[in-house]
Amino acid sequence: MPELLKMEKIGASYGSVQVLRDVSLELGSGEVLCLLGRNGAGKTTLLKTIMGLVRAISGSILLDGMELTRLPPHEVPRHGVAYVPQGRRLFAELTVAENIEIGLMTRQKGSETREAVLDLFPVLRERLGQRSGTLSGGEQQMLAMARALATEPKVLLLDEPTEGLMPSAIAKIRETVAALRAHGVSTLLVEQRVDAVLPVADRVLFIENGRSVRTIGVAELRADPAMVRHYVGVG
Amino acid sequence: MAFGPHLLLALLEGLVSSAVLALTALGLSLVFGVMRIVNVAHGEFFMLGAVFAWWFSSMIAGSPALGFLLALVLAPLVVGAIALVAERLVLRRLEYDPEATIVATIGMLYIFEQLALMFYGPEARAVPAPFDFRVTLPWFGYSGYKLAVIAASVLVMLATWYVLTRTRIGLVMRATQYDRETAQAFGIPVGRVYAGVFALGAMLAALAAVLIVPIQQAHYLMGTDPLLLSFIVVIIGGLGSLRGTVLAAVLIGLTEGIVAVFFSPTLAKMLATLFVALVLVFRPQGLFGQAPR
Ligand SMILES: Nc1ncnc2c1ncn2[C@@H]1O[C@H](COP(=O)(O)OP(=O)(O)OP(=O)(O)O)[C@@H](O)[C@H]1O
Ligand SMILES: [Mg+2]
Repeated sequence: MPELLKMEKIGASYGSVQVLRDVSLELGSGEVLCLLGRNGAGKTTLLKTIMGLVRAISGSILLDGMELTRLPPHEVPRHGVAYVPQGRRLFAELTVAENIEIGLMTRQKGSETREAVLDLFPVLRERLGQRSGTLSGGEQQMLAMARALATEPKVLLLDEPTEGLMPSAIAKIRETVAALRAHGVSTLLVEQRVDAVLPVADRVLFIENGRSVRTIGVAELRADPAMVRHYVGVG
Repeated sequence: MAFGPHLLLALLEGLVSSAVLALTALGLSLVFGVMRIVNVAHGEFFMLGAVFAWWFSSMIAGSPALGFLLALVLAPLVVGAIALVAERLVLRRLEYDPEATIVATIGMLYIFEQLALMFYGPEARAVPAPFDFRVTLPWFGYSGYKLAVIAASVLVMLATWYVLTRTRIGLVMRATQYDRETAQAFGIPVGRVYAGVFALGAMLAALAAVLIVPIQQAHYLMGTDPLLLSFIVVIIGGLGSLRGTVLAAVLIGLTEGIVAVFFSPTLAKMLATLFVALVLVFRPQGLFGQAPR
């Protein structure tokens, strides 16, 4: 698989505290790569560094051969990287329609994209005028996904999309990721729970104390569940 | 004059103050709302607007209407440009830190004031009104220009409301206001939005000043009162609430007008301050602001 996103020896810090050290990863076209790691391992920081929201202090991130770390943060999404932040981070005072509009504006997409996104999440269509902060948790997560997909990304960064959701909502997210993969969208998926990712992921990358320690295929992981306990501490 | 007409006169005068105050406070409220910056130099943008209005209008001697029109267009633009430079040179370098920018804008206040004193001088100078049409009421005649000021303010407020709620630029501004980081993750150049909002806030103050100089003279110290009153309006109305800003401006403006006409201007100021204290104690988010969630 030709890699679409290639991260090499990335270091990142908040002030004087270095959080990421020499993190490397490769994401192929249409691949779902899952990041697993304990709380505070640096998974969110890793996604923010790709988005340029946290500045890389060393290393490089190439998207289709283009260096992302030198771009100002607002340019990164314009090149086709979409972000679904941990905790959703909707524009809570804005309506559902306005949140989607902001997604569409990122890469100047029109009503066709909007319709496609709403077809993917029909619940949102009934609530276009509702203030997004008043949506239920599951609906908010769908909106966060819809807002990101409205940019028609090449790479989708998902930070714990199933956090605090019911099994039916989790299934919906999983279906969406699978459907996107079928359309050739690459996904970097952060998850706490292995059972939530095994059905959709191609490979799994373990992050430990801000370092990328190991990448393995899903089949191999299934065969050796003890590995998860070793790196993540939970089964 | 009988009580009824006297009251009408006080109301009209109050509405003129409200109109000018609403524009000035709106600028302050926008800057705080979107950038989370308390701009202590806001009154100086008002003062600069008045000074430039005098300067531009005096360039065309003989035709007050043309001179005023020139001032109306150019003074806000020049002040907006000055604000833009200040934003790039100072606020951006402080990374919009809430405390540091308060100190920095206090510094800007004194710099603008002293520059105005050096180049414009200590005199108070009037700008002739563009027209001196008087509206004849049964009890007294009233300045048509003052009525035009009220109308102009209403128009500008409506335009601002339209831009904020119905256009993409407004959407981008609101998204930046609610979550700056996520806005960046959706391609919004937050730095440029900030620069634009800061310039826009200054331009609103300058516009208010251009409207007032035919009524009140331009002077290098004239920024203090509008700054104080704008803070009062913004606190009462609730930060970031356009509706609250307008209603509070009308409330304060009318109270000023009526109390000043029937009692004394000092009592009017005391009442406004008392009202702020009450709001801060009983409804800190302002009458129309939303409590932080
Ligand atoms: N804004 C910040 N300023 C300072 N330190 C931060 C900041 N954000 C995160 N950190 C620190 O960086 C480390 C990694 O945090 P990060 O949010 O990336 O972890 P995570 O793997 O996403 O954890 P979780 O699974 O709990 O979401 C933590 O030690 C955290 O305290
Ligand atoms: Mg996290």
